[in-house]
Amino acid sequence: MSECSDCHGCGAATVVEFPDAPASPKIVALAGPPNSGKTTLFNRLTGLRQKVANFPGVTVEQHTGIAELPDGRAVGIIDLPGLYSLSPQSEDEQVAHDVLTGERSDTPRPEAILLVLDSTNLSRHLMLAAPILALGVPTLIILNMADDLRNRGGHVDTRQLSAQLGAPVALVSARQGEGLDEVFEFLASAMPAPAPKELPVLHDVPKCRAWAGRVGSQASYRPPVPPKWTRRLDSVFLHPVAGPVVFAVVVVAVFQTIFTAAVPLMDGLRWLFEVSGKWVAATLPDSIFRSLLVEGVWSGVGSVVVFLPQVLFLFLFIGILEDSGYLARAALIADRTMARVGLQGKSFIPLLSAYACAVPAILSTRTIENKRDRFATILIAPFMTCAARLPVYTLIIAAFLPNRPVLGPFLGARAAALLGLYVLGFLAAVVTARVLKSSILKSGRTPFLLEMPSYRWPTLQSIGLRLFDRAKVFLRRAGTVILLVTVVLWIMAHLPAVNGKAPAIEDSLAGALGRTLEPVIKPLGFNWKIGVGLITSLAARETIIGTLGAIYGMDPESHKLDLQKSLQHDLTPGGAVALLIFFAFAMQCISTIAVVRRETGGWKWPILQFTYMGVLAYAGAFVAAHLIR
Amino acid sequence: MSGNNVQPETSFTTLVDLRRGDAATLDHIDLPGKDARRLMELGFLPGARITAGHSAPGGDPRVFQVDGSEIALRRETARRLKVRLDRTSRASGMP
Repeated sequence: MSECSDCHGCGAATVVEFPDAPASPKIVALAGPPNSGKTTLFNRLTGLRQKVANFPGVTVEQHTGIAELPDGRAVGIIDLPGLYSLSPQSEDEQVAHDVLTGERSDTPRPEAILLVLDSTNLSRHLMLAAPILALGVPTLIILNMADDLRNRGGHVDTRQLSAQLGAPVALVSARQGEGLDEVFEFLASAMPAPAPKELPVLHDVPKCRAWAGRVGSQASYRPPVPPKWTRRLDSVFLHPVAGPVVFAVVVVAVFQTIFTAAVPLMDGLRWLFEVSGKWVAATLPDSIFRSLLVEGVWSGVGSVVVFLPQVLFLFLFIGILEDSGYLARAALIADRTMARVGLQGKSFIPLLSAYACAVPAILSTRTIENKRDRFATILIAPFMTCAARLPVYTLIIAAFLPNRPVLGPFLGARAAALLGLYVLGFLAAVVTARVLKSSILKSGRTPFLLEMPSYRWPTLQSIGLRLFDRAKVFLRRAGTVILLVTVVLWIMAHLPAVNGKAPAIEDSLAGALGRTLEPVIKPLGFNWKIGVGLITSLAARETIIGTLGAIYGMDPESHKLDLQKSLQHDLTPGGAVALLIFFAFAMQCISTIAVVRRETGGWKWPILQFTYMGVLAYAGAFVAAHLIR
Repeated sequence: MSGNNVQPETSFTTLVDLRRGDAATLDHIDLPGKDARRLMELGFLPGARITAGHSAPGGDPRVFQVDGSEIALRRETARRLKVRLDRTSRASGMP
């Protein structure tokens, strides 16, 4: 995936450019402990003007966005990874530390810091204020979740707090959009360096905590009562019996809905492409250009875009689970399984985000302090079923499996098959982890720490923003990588010309390429058309759909049939299962390979990974093709 | 294990021995400096009051309430946190 779903910028490094503003634009860093609501605030401040940025050459990408001030000036905002302190223990914290201290040559040193703290847990969160204020950079202390504080009977005197810290303080609710004026005011004003009354010895945690407690009580901080609903919900979600049942129900419901609820939308899109394709074919004069447009672009790009609703449903669920706080409980329930394969709970979050895309997942392994655990997680992450596999799976499943009920009305055969493929990827990851952790990546254990956030209602704004982002990335990929591959393929399918006309598809360059590969993939039950698809899917997995769409569109035998029917012609049931298994295991993703190389600092691990996954894919597909007839 | 057979005032034990609803005061962390530091940043400071909460099925890991947050620890880590059991916290253990 070259511009992947979740990849906060992968292969190509781009410098963030801020639009010209009357005054020189300010660069401001957004820092804070994990779970302080940083990202929500970031979304509030920057709205849709976010840039997923990649700071060149380095290890980190941060979200960077532009906040527009009331007077029209633009301020660049860097969203840093969550921090517990400025004494870095993980690579993630190292990066945040280096950005804040201006030790990175490639990132402009922030001219100001927005320090986001959770006002419902101020005494502990204030600890981070000490090292941040000690940097001497103008800082606005943002006490987030003001609505929670108020509703649960907490209190803080911001003026007193400001006097103690020698820096402005704003009480904000990023979720409700409350108190943002003060943030904009700070960004627009001349910002003085902080002048705290006293600072503790920074390396002494107990002294820092005592200082934070003192500052809190000077500002007459009264913590809110514990959230009632969190206790109540946890007694269900973490119940020894009900907990795992809820976990299973949530997982099944997600898969069932992806299949059922997305179908009408997908049918609508498919219809739209059909009708518009016919219209284009009827309107334009017969020419090479029309053929490229209809056979290449429409059937190629169109067949991928159709899957947008499913991808969006997946991210809708991930977003709800994450924002509500349930994800942390799921991680807790899953930890035992992780421990059994020798991984730690911290690997769970990257592995879970690998269900969206392996690239951000691999980047998020930076939070794992132990290098061997981190490498093991990187190596198994691409086994998790990423969003790019989803269209391939659903296409093949829908073509070969009639939708019978499996568990009454709760689970259909197609959803069950899809779930099975997700489990298969997970098992491959788990077994591989076990092997790695008991051989080349053996290591001692580091303590597992997982903070349980309070349950919160996900907001429409935050989830909507994420879906918008996702849709943008998906469509951009369809419009760039997939379009390009389809056009190249179309050209290859039309060369060499015979008497000025396109050759029969199997005699073309593309056909020749597929045929060269055919002897190798024949044992798996694949013909040369699938072979061409396998080659193009190296760019990004879902490209195979566009490729097959285009090939079938150009083939006179099948151009009247839809993609599912054409596939039924070309694949036996055994071949279909083999293709599914091949996609479950193979590392067909250039972006992932690139990011593994970068994160592990060489070609050794990505080559090992690519070979291992390839062998597994081939072997698995081979067995499937011979067992199922 | 339970509060019944401990000495009247306090007793040294580890976080693992706490059952749901038990409270204890942290005495020290028996872990290498780096790991101990991270725990301290999350509120596990000597003298801090810790209450045991829910756990994953099978009792591992368990959520602990400390310094206003809920943090989950595995048994292997909880075992390294030496605590003084807070007898007053257990309803049935009241003298």
